[in-house]
Amino acid sequence: MQRWASLPGDVKFLISVGVLFLALFVANCTLNRYVLHVIILIGIYSIATTSLNLTNGYTGLFSLGHAGFMAVGAYVTTLLTFPVRLRIAYNLPLLPPFLGGPNYHWPFLPALIAGGLVAAVAALLVGAPVLRLRGHYLSVASLGFMVIITTLAKGLKDLTRGAAGIQAIPRYTNIWWVYAWLVVTIYVIWRLLNSSYGRAMLAIRESEIAAQSQGIHPMRYKLLSFVIGAFFAGIAGGLYAHFARSIRPYEFSFSMTFLIVIMLIIGGAGTLLGPVVGTAIVVALKYVLKPVEEGLGVYGLVEIVYALMLIGVMLWRPEGIVGGVNPLRFLFPKKGGRRNAGVPHGEAHGP
Amino acid sequence: MFTGTYIAQQLLNGLVLGSMYALLALGMTVVYGILRLINFAHGALVTAGAFTFFGIYMLLGWPFPLALAASLLVGGVLGYLLDLVGYRKLRGGPEVALLITSLGIYILLENLIKLLATPQPYAFRPPAFLGQLQNVGGVAFRTVDVFIVVVSVLIMIAFALFVKRTKLGIAMRATAESVEAAKLVGINVNQVVAVAFVLGSAVAAITGFMWGAKYGQISYDMGFMAGVKAFVAIVIGGIGSIPGAMIGGFVLGLVETLAVGFLPPGFAEYRDAIVFVLLILVLLLKPTGIMGRKEAV
Repeated sequence: MQRWASLPGDVKFLISVGVLFLALFVANCTLNRYVLHVIILIGIYSIATTSLNLTNGYTGLFSLGHAGFMAVGAYVTTLLTFPVRLRIAYNLPLLPPFLGGPNYHWPFLPALIAGGLVAAVAALLVGAPVLRLRGHYLSVASLGFMVIITTLAKGLKDLTRGAAGIQAIPRYTNIWWVYAWLVVTIYVIWRLLNSSYGRAMLAIRESEIAAQSQGIHPMRYKLLSFVIGAFFAGIAGGLYAHFARSIRPYEFSFSMTFLIVIMLIIGGAGTLLGPVVGTAIVVALKYVLKPVEEGLGVYGLVEIVYALMLIGVMLWRPEGIVGGVNPLRFLFPKKGGRRNAGVPHGEAHGP
Repeated sequence: MFTGTYIAQQLLNGLVLGSMYALLALGMTVVYGILRLINFAHGALVTAGAFTFFGIYMLLGWPFPLALAASLLVGGVLGYLLDLVGYRKLRGGPEVALLITSLGIYILLENLIKLLATPQPYAFRPPAFLGQLQNVGGVAFRTVDVFIVVVSVLIMIAFALFVKRTKLGIAMRATAESVEAAKLVGINVNQVVAVAFVLGSAVAAITGFMWGAKYGQISYDMGFMAGVKAFVAIVIGGIGSIPGAMIGGFVLGLVETLAVGFLPPGFAEYRDAIVFVLLILVLLLKPTGIMGRKEAV
């Protein structure tokens, strides 16, 4: 234990990733497809939750628009990787030819990254006006952005096929794609938090005025956290589309956005692994309770349990399950690597 | 195409929708004024009110006034319980905690209704006298449209009198001004908040009946959008102003209806998007709304 704690952060991260992938490899060989399905879903939602954590947990901007960015990523990625033979049948005249003409389609990785980038650009455009708002104004405005996105996805029939959605998406997503991206997401956010940027974001969360008086430009950092969060939300959306194999506008709506928020709050907003823990609990619970719900014909049971958990956490443990006493703290100390030890939060400066 | 009667028809529809938004905004703005809480659960009370009326009037066959009273009662009691169980403990904490809890309460109520009433939508038939078609100068409407507008205006007048004239109403305004100062002069803040919740929720439940009667269909998720749009109405009217919330409700109802009525047919499905674009524009250009006072947005 003593030796582990004294290792540099990067080494610990690499070892953890190695252990994770070894475990995934064993799981992939031994577990049945149903359980693997759940594991992949946990991975995809973890990417979404972890990226939401950057804005909602670390920067203190309570956004409710995350599903909107996932929708952007899902649609962009899907349109880019759309198989050649289906392009004519689906007849999407608004799809620009250079983004995969009738004769070719993009490979998965560039398409995913393109999806994330478009989501990030959307965040930049939306964030510039919306992030000027504080607290609940931001929440409702970002919820409004999500509504605008889903209505556009329903309305632009020549690009998205409207409410009918897009089916027969090739299933590129597998356990390796998902968990590799989850590791990238966590790594980026972890490193970001230990940089001057992350310290500035934490300072903004604690007090925007105090942060400003320290020479931090709040808008810059808010926008940065919003854009990075949206990029990974777009990636999660793209992975989701190529896992579920069909997307419809209403899937990326209130229930998705609320589900991600519930996962984050239950796990613990503002902790590195809280979102993953929360996601695992919420997704696993769904697959445990769904048979009960269907067997008894009590539709809504799963959501009721989620809502009760959310209210319970807010009333009695607002820091979430992982917050406060972090069972994995020795892996990823809150204060970052040894490098930054001893630098109090308040003294963080912008670069 | 845009004849005088068509325009009058659209204006009437906008007025009806606007009065329902105004009623919801009224209940929400009082709670917001005191607690700084966007009560997402407000929308669930609309659904609860509609389903209570449906159950008592259409399934049990009670007379109309009794069913309406029961709807009011259920709304009020639910409002009281939500405040007592959900929000009281969190007061004085971070604003976002209240917001998240209200989201949780909304999801809880929505799914309880879904569980009790099954997910399918129900046809909502108000009493025959409300369903009668009227025709004034070529403008067709049903009695229920008049009912909604008249009852809404009556509720608003009653509320305005309550807030201006009664001791409790004055205490409510004082608490909205400053919770600390209200405590200092001996106002029972918990009581004031409870009253605000009860009144707002009862009005929301009545709005649920109106919504069902106007659109002829109720479903477990009908209230959410209505609740969120009521908040948009508050922002348009000006946060912190009770008359502003009502004006905002009417403005939003008219804008939404007229946008759908006068834009080319393809735009009808963008009606929700139009509302939120309006919200973002108002927040950017005139964050204090029509009648609001200055507040850091």
